[in-house]
Amino acid sequence: MTFALEIAGLHKAFGGLPAINGVSLGVSAGERRLIIGPNGAGKTTLFNLVTGDLAADAGAVRLFGQEVSRLMPYQRAHLGIARTYQIITLFGRDTLEHNVVLSLLGLAPERWQAFRPLARYGHLRAEARRVLQTVGLDQLAGRPTGEVSYGERRRLEIAMALAQQPKLLLLDEPFAGLSREERVAMKQLVGQIPREVTVVLIEHDMDTALDLAERITVLHYGSVIVEGSRAEVVADPKTKEVYLGD
Amino acid sequence: MNRAAWLAVLGAALVALPWVAGEFYVNLTSQILIATVFAASINLLLGYGGLPTLGHAAYVGVAAYVSALLYLKLGLAHWLSAPIALIGTTLMACAFGWIALRATGLGFLMLTLALSQVLWGTAYRWVSMTDGDNGLRGLTRPSPFGISLDGATAFYYFALAVTVASIWLMAKFVASPFGAALQGTRDQPRRMSALGHNVGLIRWLAFVYSGFWGAVAGLLFVYYHKYIHPISLSLTNSAEGLLAVIAGGPGTLAGPIVGATIVMLLKNYVSTYIERWNMLLGFVFVLIIVFMPAGLVPGVRRWWAVWRARRT
Repeated sequence: MTFALEIAGLHKAFGGLPAINGVSLGVSAGERRLIIGPNGAGKTTLFNLVTGDLAADAGAVRLFGQEVSRLMPYQRAHLGIARTYQIITLFGRDTLEHNVVLSLLGLAPERWQAFRPLARYGHLRAEARRVLQTVGLDQLAGRPTGEVSYGERRRLEIAMALAQQPKLLLLDEPFAGLSREERVAMKQLVGQIPREVTVVLIEHDMDTALDLAERITVLHYGSVIVEGSRAEVVADPKTKEVYLGD
Repeated sequence: MNRAAWLAVLGAALVALPWVAGEFYVNLTSQILIATVFAASINLLLGYGGLPTLGHAAYVGVAAYVSALLYLKLGLAHWLSAPIALIGTTLMACAFGWIALRATGLGFLMLTLALSQVLWGTAYRWVSMTDGDNGLRGLTRPSPFGISLDGATAFYYFALAVTVASIWLMAKFVASPFGAALQGTRDQPRRMSALGHNVGLIRWLAFVYSGFWGAVAGLLFVYYHKYIHPISLSLTNSAEGLLAVIAGGPGTLAGPIVGATIVMLLKNYVSTYIERWNMLLGFVFVLIIVFMPAGLVPGVRRWWAVWRARRT
């Protein structure tokens, strides 16, 4: 069976300091995978290696069996990888709708069109509105992104990723900084993502996203120390060692 | 008044200018128009791409020199030399962009400066070809459709037509999906890449397009002066264009027009009264940056909005 995402023997060091130290894992198509680990475990670095934001020192990343380690981030996006950022990375001056339109344009052939005004591409705007509706932001579509709340920006991050109808969605701490109510809403949103999309979710707080995951990988100092079903991982003494402290 | 009304008034004033103003002012406005095309081409990179270039005089100068040399050395007619100059300069922008875009920010700025300085030095030293510090004289203006452009008014209308077409095409460019993507790479290059946009290629294409409009400004320049000197390739010329954009408001369509107008007025008009016009330009520039850091056009827009809000 081919994995949706397969990582084999991945290494990445920053100035001699290993951030990812021989990580191998496989995520099946349609799976919900949670990667947890304390701060500095290498979770975001792992994402950056998968998306191509960083180049790996050694090892392979395969997307549905296709080796993508040498590809640029934009090429990987065209193969169906989408991501959100832990540190919100949006176009603050532009409207929410324009943010989603830029996301749609990323994979659309129209992005090379340099004469006809973007405003004339009604189907892009209509699609952007539709996507914003699925995350409950359609009321704010015309507002500048810099003016909406933090929680709404987190949702926009997800909307931009979903707009691309990815095969593999990487969510980098989507619950970070959210209030209790916002977390509930965000969980609902992540729970509604269609099953065709394979979802890998990073979280440093163990309890937050536990019930969203089918399988859990625990990352510690750049290595996988536990992997298995939710019950297995929770019961594992090594998890407790890393998380619950002594 | 809305935007269309402003444009109509401005357009009517520009068309009517030769009837009400003397030759000096007509020529001055021609020079402002040329500087506007130049500043607008820099604005594509600086304002919309977030790429500060300090070497854009290269495209003005090379287009001008190619056109002049084709006439002087080979006796080519303008209808032939103009496209050759434009295509040649654009090809040079292809190569320069490939080199300069290995960096962004300050590194990019230094690379564009270095590349243009190479050309400036060449124009100075290659005396057998460029006549060095003497410059190339004895050039002519083209006669499109048999209309001579030797008169101030005829040339003015020619420059106006080219400028309007240039600004219109650049406005179309920045409002297009590609223009939106270019502005995306300015604001969040990493995110754009993750969204599937080829950031490197987008920047390079914008660089080439910008170089082409620089070349158009260069042709207008050499037609106007019928003379070309290495100073057109100099850092001073690049910096003047960059200053015009920063003063007027990078990333706005009107910004480079306003900025180029201020620079040219100071350079050509005030300089007849004050010898040290450069000092005055510096002073005006500092004032603008202190009171309107985003440039004159966005600054005035904000003050206008505040003023209107207070009245109601």
